[in-house]
Amino acid sequence: MHPAISVIFFTVTSGAGFGLIAMLGIGMPTPQGPLAAFLISLLAGGLAVAGLISSTFHLGHPERAWRAFSQWRSSWLSREGVLAVATLCLFGVYVLFWLFAGDRPLWLGVPIAILAIVTVIATAMIYAQLRTVPHWNSILTPLVYVGFAIASGYVAASALNPETNSSDRATIAGIACLMLIVAWALKLSWWHRAGRTSLEAAGSTPETATGLGAIGRVRLLESPHSGENYLTREMVHVIGRKHAAKLRAIALTTGFAAPLLISLAVAISGGPLALLAVAFVCLIAGLFVERWLFFAEARHAVSLYYGR
Amino acid sequence: MTSLPTSTERSLGLVIDLDTCVGCHACVVNCKEWNTGGYGAPLADLDPYGDEPVGSWLNRIHTFEVTPEDAPASIVHFPKSCLHCSDAPCVTVCPTGASYKRSEDGIVLVDESMCIGCGLCAWACPYGAREMDPVENVMKKCTLCVDRIYNDNLPEEDRTPACVRTCPAGARHFGDFSDPESNVSKLVADRGGFDLMPEMGTAPVNKYLPPRPKTATEGCGASAATQDETANATGFLGWLDRALERLG
Repeated sequence: MHPAISVIFFTVTSGAGFGLIAMLGIGMPTPQGPLAAFLISLLAGGLAVAGLISSTFHLGHPERAWRAFSQWRSSWLSREGVLAVATLCLFGVYVLFWLFAGDRPLWLGVPIAILAIVTVIATAMIYAQLRTVPHWNSILTPLVYVGFAIASGYVAASALNPETNSSDRATIAGIACLMLIVAWALKLSWWHRAGRTSLEAAGSTPETATGLGAIGRVRLLESPHSGENYLTREMVHVIGRKHAAKLRAIALTTGFAAPLLISLAVAISGGPLALLAVAFVCLIAGLFVERWLFFAEARHAVSLYYGR
Repeated sequence: MTSLPTSTERSLGLVIDLDTCVGCHACVVNCKEWNTGGYGAPLADLDPYGDEPVGSWLNRIHTFEVTPEDAPASIVHFPKSCLHCSDAPCVTVCPTGASYKRSEDGIVLVDESMCIGCGLCAWACPYGAREMDPVENVMKKCTLCVDRIYNDNLPEEDRTPACVRTCPAGARHFGDFSDPESNVSKLVADRGGFDLMPEMGTAPVNKYLPPRPKTATEGCGASAATQDETANATGFLGWLDRALERLG
């Protein structure tokens, strides 16, 4: 599949934003005062909103994007839009409480946290629902998306935590290590499954695509056109598959090893949690590579008609 | 609106005869010609006379080579357009309600004024039946020539999809699959019409007819090609073969 930058940015950034909103909602400590409340809300909401705005850049008609809120009964993309806006509106109310009453009510925060995670699930389901792309068509896809959203949200929230007790700081950083390990373990099992999954394993071959399997082996002799078309550009992307192993190593080094080492150092030394901000940046950088591969490696059923 | 109708009054679609299709691309050209001036926005081409032409088409012909285990390969020309699936995944993924399947005749259409051009429907379709228009940025697909088949301004023989009307080989047939006595239902029953990628669970309406079995011809099988074809030569050619062999 074509790895569109806008969609990669959208899934990674809004995932981190909604993860951070969820962590704030369940009451993770933050510095006192309205200025901190304003800046932290801006960061969490900003990440989520930046992702959503970026997702409209790949639309042919962004001015009609509002129509996407209408089909939530049947469409995961529509549900994602509705849930994202609902979460952000409630988070706005939560921020008003925080700014003006200095209070972060759990009765509002916990439902917001749940909505934020459900939004991430809906984002993942846009891809996981597609039977045409066997790599994505798995329960592991939403699990990975949620795992990374919670991990990146937790690492970001921990970096903002004003905790002064060094043993508490060590515990907080230790949990960050755990979150990173769980999220990447999910991704490794996703990659493991992807390694064994193919269109052929899912039962689709050039023979079933043409229905000519009863006669014999089927091979594309001549393409319908000499150049590219929308389908081959959008769905028959082969560059990603070529360098998959190297890119996985880059994603793991940047997005897993680096933030894990930083979190581990804080967990052992009880040092300043602000160091986790560096871990957050590394994690997000690694996730951009991971997400690029998510798209670029995936093979679509239509490639069977194009012999590649 | 993007929920699928539980049933349709009629089930209009095409039967494509892979035995008869000669791969002339006339249906492709006539489809483009009609639909660039018909329903919805024109079907655009970018750089049509340049180095890298690209454009939206609703019908394309692939050519496959099919190799049986015990016979030589044969060529099958394979026209492919929207199959107007009963369980169309392109419809249910649409976030805006632009994609829909009509309950009266089962045709899958796009309301272009509502399409945001997200492309998810094209991702959901296993057949590659939907293409984004490069100029209008809305999703284009086969309409089954909805602006011809009900068009009283056309002579009756023209009230059929442009691809069917133009096919010089008679390889394309249009009709109602919900009527077991229709021309298309009978063709499917007689010739063993099949679905493309049934494992995708899309329940396509359009059916394909398989190429008829080839007549087995002595000495032209794939296995025969590997034998020494001169061994059994008789008469003048046999004598010539042996004489030339002797020359070393």
